[in-house]
Amino acid sequence: MEQLMVNILIATGFLAGMGLLLSALLVIAEKSILNFGPCTIDINNSEKILKVKGGGSLLSILARESIFIPSACGGRGSCAYCKVIVKNGGGPVSPVEEPYLSDEERKRNTRLSCQVKVRNDISIEIPREYFSVRKYRGKLISKRPLTHDIFELRIELLEPREITFTAGQYIQLKSKEYKGRESVIRAYSMSSVPSDKNHVELIIRRVPDGICTTWIFDYLEEGQNVGLSGPYGEFKLQPTDSPILFIAGGSGMAPIWSMLRDMREKGIKRKAHYFFGALTQKDLFFLDELRQLERELPDFKFIPSLSREPENSNWTGERGIITDVVKKYIPDTSGYEAYLCGSPGMIDACIKALTSTGMPVEKIYYDKFA
Amino acid sequence: MEATATHGFAGLILIFVSAAFTDNVLLTRFLGMCSCLGVSKKVDTSIGLGAAVTFVTSVTTALNYLVYKFVLLPLDLDFLRFLTFIVIIAAFTQLVEMIIDRYSPSLYYALGIFLPLITVNCAILGISLFMVNKPYNFLEAFLFGAGGGFGWFLAITLIGGIREKINESMLPKGLEGPGITLIIIGIMSLAFIGFSGIIKV
Repeated sequence: MEQLMVNILIATGFLAGMGLLLSALLVIAEKSILNFGPCTIDINNSEKILKVKGGGSLLSILARESIFIPSACGGRGSCAYCKVIVKNGGGPVSPVEEPYLSDEERKRNTRLSCQVKVRNDISIEIPREYFSVRKYRGKLISKRPLTHDIFELRIELLEPREITFTAGQYIQLKSKEYKGRESVIRAYSMSSVPSDKNHVELIIRRVPDGICTTWIFDYLEEGQNVGLSGPYGEFKLQPTDSPILFIAGGSGMAPIWSMLRDMREKGIKRKAHYFFGALTQKDLFFLDELRQLERELPDFKFIPSLSREPENSNWTGERGIITDVVKKYIPDTSGYEAYLCGSPGMIDACIKALTSTGMPVEKIYYDKFA
Repeated sequence: MEATATHGFAGLILIFVSAAFTDNVLLTRFLGMCSCLGVSKKVDTSIGLGAAVTFVTSVTTALNYLVYKFVLLPLDLDFLRFLTFIVIIAAFTQLVEMIIDRYSPSLYYALGIFLPLITVNCAILGISLFMVNKPYNFLEAFLFGAGGGFGWFLAITLIGGIREKINESMLPKGLEGPGITLIIIGIMSLAFIGFSGIIKV
């Protein structure tokens, strides 16, 4: 019995001792070996110059300086959101980055900022909007179902209290751990109006087995705190007078919903059509609100179309897939601008249909949900 | 073989060769599969990862030999070898990563990024664990580790070469990536069975 106790003590002591020794060694090594001294990061041709301590990844060092590059995987080199242009000082492209960079991106010196180490002076280019990206702490004040699988979340911002964004941009929401699923970061378009600076609204569809949406639907409750960052994204109304085609189904309505209400507030009088594709009547939402907008905006039409509605139902609107309906209403799309939001499959189908009816591809703006 | 073959210079070479060929850790024991499937798409990256594994295996097998012989056995802590070995391997790879990150950026880009990948490579732990079952001295243990690592290097480089060639031709959809790689590995391990009769250590 005593022998057993002694054995257990020796084993525990050995493990603890070894662990301590090795971690002490690693900490000392990190402090002494990985000290690259002070480095400067030159952003956008000296628009901003940061003096930092070298050693870490570009992504983490910029985050420490409150410049948040979008990143969903936390620096593991698997999401490829954190692309920036590194003009010099970035070192060679690592094999981790290679699969994510196209030939054109490589020519422009695009890199994954999580894989670039700051070990000397470095100069980079990032979209100016990243300067205004902030981290927010907010409180969920309402969570209501819009359809059987789509919810609207309304979040009140606590710290900082205000967000400045353009209709169509997105934020990144951080989920909390639950039942062994790790915390993840996912991007959602804001559906709120930019003038409502103290709140962020999101329209979210449940993804079967999705880590973040399962957390939102089953675990997140009203009154709880959430973490988010933003605004991100280039999806916004262009300052032209061309007539507009909005095409989005399901939760893809979020940015369009924000843009439409923003147009109403600002008194923008452009001609606009909104084509909304859904399966059946139970997938429709905001019908009354959109009919209301039709009356309030000078030249706006909302056209929902159902592709799987039973033949004999009471539905009197359009039927069939959305690209066919667009063709029926607007046979010639040259002169229009299109704004799409949805799955990659839906976007690709729409781009094909629109270009075949005369729309130049550079007039098509979209947000792809992977 | 008899004692004559396993001693002296010839014996040392024999240990290295048998660890690399007859006991090839990837092809006969199927260890280190995950990183092999992931990285063997190109010869370049295969060589990089293979070289990193060879280096780490050689050194950690020697380190683990010392710890096993002079700490674990005297303290009667033989049963802790799994934990001890994996922690030593992890710490060593971290340390090496830092050192080459600081002092040799070019080597870091060739090898360094693979080091975190091999921290948990089971081939490396496997070779250390096989080592304790053999009556080796320090030098022999080191060569056993080096041979085992070299065998893994050889196997993944060959697989990488075959995959580079094969990707040019058409494959059924279901066989792309890991599917065809596993078939390649299966055929190659059949070939490596041919070595098994040649040397016995």
